[in-house]
Amino acid sequence: MALLEVRNLSVQFETDDGVVQAVDGISYSVDQGQALGIVGESGSGKSVSSLTVMGLTRARNARISGEIHFDGKDLLAASAEDLRQIRGNEIAMIFQDPLSSLHPFYKIGKQLVEAVQVHQDMTKAQARDRAIEMLGLVGIPDPRKRIDSYPHEFSGGMRQRVMIAMALINDPKLLIADEPTTALDVTVQAQILDLIQRLQSELGTAVVMITHDLGVVAEVADDIAVMYAGRIIEKATKETIFAKPQHPYTWGLLKSIPRLDTPRDQELVPIAGRPPSLIVKPQGCSFHPRCPYRHDACLPQDPPLEPVPQDPGHGVACVLAHDRREQIWAELRSHA
Amino acid sequence: MSTPSQEQARPPLVEVRDLVKHFPIREGIVIQRQVGAVQAVDGVSFDVLEGETLGLVGESGCGKSTTARLITRLLDPTSGSIRYRGTDIATMSRRQLKPLRREMQMIFQDPYSSLNPRKTVGTIIGEPFVIHGVEKDDKRRKARVQGLMETVGLNPEHYNRLPHEFSGGQRQRIGVARAIALEPKLIVADEPVSALDVSIQAQVLNLLRDLQREMGLTIIFIAHDLSVVRHMCDRVAVMYLGKVVELATSEQLYSNPQHPYTGALLSAVPVPDPILAAAKTRQVLTGDVPSPTNPPRACRFHTRCPKAVAGTCDVTEPLLEPKERGGEAACHFPLSSSEVAEAVPTAR
Repeated sequence: MALLEVRNLSVQFETDDGVVQAVDGISYSVDQGQALGIVGESGSGKSVSSLTVMGLTRARNARISGEIHFDGKDLLAASAEDLRQIRGNEIAMIFQDPLSSLHPFYKIGKQLVEAVQVHQDMTKAQARDRAIEMLGLVGIPDPRKRIDSYPHEFSGGMRQRVMIAMALINDPKLLIADEPTTALDVTVQAQILDLIQRLQSELGTAVVMITHDLGVVAEVADDIAVMYAGRIIEKATKETIFAKPQHPYTWGLLKSIPRLDTPRDQELVPIAGRPPSLIVKPQGCSFHPRCPYRHDACLPQDPPLEPVPQDPGHGVACVLAHDRREQIWAELRSHA
Repeated sequence: MSTPSQEQARPPLVEVRDLVKHFPIREGIVIQRQVGAVQAVDGVSFDVLEGETLGLVGESGCGKSTTARLITRLLDPTSGSIRYRGTDIATMSRRQLKPLRREMQMIFQDPYSSLNPRKTVGTIIGEPFVIHGVEKDDKRRKARVQGLMETVGLNPEHYNRLPHEFSGGQRQRIGVARAIALEPKLIVADEPVSALDVSIQAQVLNLLRDLQREMGLTIIFIAHDLSVVRHMCDRVAVMYLGKVVELATSEQLYSNPQHPYTGALLSAVPVPDPILAAAKTRQVLTGDVPSPTNPPRACRFHTRCPKAVAGTCDVTEPLLEPKERGGEAACHFPLSSSEVAEAVPTAR
């Protein structure tokens, strides 16, 4: 059985302007020790879906439906107290901005010790030893001394390491990383990605990596889900997404980024228009107003995520016929 | 794409020589005394050729934005010279600078904070005309502003809208329209697409390229995303802790980097191709960039350099000079072709 199973999850927020359909019926699962990459632009619902797994969208104006099963427990039905037990213990999360995720007034040692003592029956001294061990594991030099530093005394990359140490200090089964390297420089990003991969293989933690950067998921993830306007529009193994993508939005993403491994003067093909409003979504397929391959069949309803023939693990939500899609991608590819 | 010989034929538009900017660190409440300095830019020299796009890359704190702000004289240099079309503008007064400001414009990173939220788009784009007294007639100014809006792909009917009514990509187009209003010669674009969504980035990049072709613009393009820089720039200067460590054509720099720091940067870029990503041995730099208040002596990169040799790199400062395999680099022990092939996935 999968460690995390999300089924038909929808999250809506009531605002003064109307109801925002942030997440609109998505399903995915993550097995133990596996890494899932969720790719999407701002407003695609990638963060909201993961915050909901953590129970962090339980606000008065939020309407949540669907199912979230984690390790046999129903997270949507769990009480606030149960969730608090799970959060930071069995499921941990790291965020984009490590400076605003650490308390600026307290030494990082105090914050790490607190994270341990909330969930485990340990003395302060034991917890402190555990904190020092974790800081060493994530590559903070001289952890015995640095544990008594304040967050502002660390650089951005070091702070993100502290966040990772804090997230992993209770041996979580699942780590959710929401754009963990977006605020960091490339060389530091490489260090952090290496660290996450190493810890994943050493500790067997499952990872959900949320990012807008296709390069990052190509390095870290096993499976990739591409989100657009609150829905998963394509889902497959990493190799399949990059070699045989089937959705026009995925093609658009792959063709619109400049990359180091293609000829320098290759034209970028931007996706026309901009992401839709989540309050008044386009009728039918949400991507059709920007899609160069749209036709009448796109309008009646939003196509469901359906498996590709001969590849049940590869799901696509598009009304184009399978062989037509293969044909288009072959053409797009040969232009490279 | 231009060959090196063609580039030699182009005259330089901007010549930067030994440019230095130190920000003093002061202590004390009433009586302040200087206790140190952030050496943001420390002896930088390069030319920007007419009609080219020069990229400035490096990690945060390397001085790339400071360099850009010095060239447009939004900051006053501590020392050094900036020659714009032969005239040294480094020490010019504000009044002397004003006519030159028409010729150099900036595009900023954040399209949210670089537009006045209380002014209409028409006023924002028309402001350069007012400031420089170019188009005094209101009707004709409106016509020109609407023409500019059309050029950058905005609907001219949105003349009276406020910035918050536009998306991030559209706001960046407003910034571009404002920058090209006075038909400048030089545009300094400081991270113009890093705040934008992936699918929107390409729209703005293509716009900048088209405008350059049509208007013969010279662009200084600052970005931390090395793939974007490669796509946009003819030549690239790599900065580290206030120094230029390598300067070469894009072709040269990305296929055949000389400086170990450039090699490490390229090696760190995640490649959106799982097969390539698995095949390369990523060379991960250890540690962080040292503090620019107290940078390492001699070669500033020697504390993190995999090739550093004690007794040389920490004693003698390498100068930016032409290297055998092309390009200029400031390094005693430049990368060999086999080292490049191993670490850089895109090397040829």
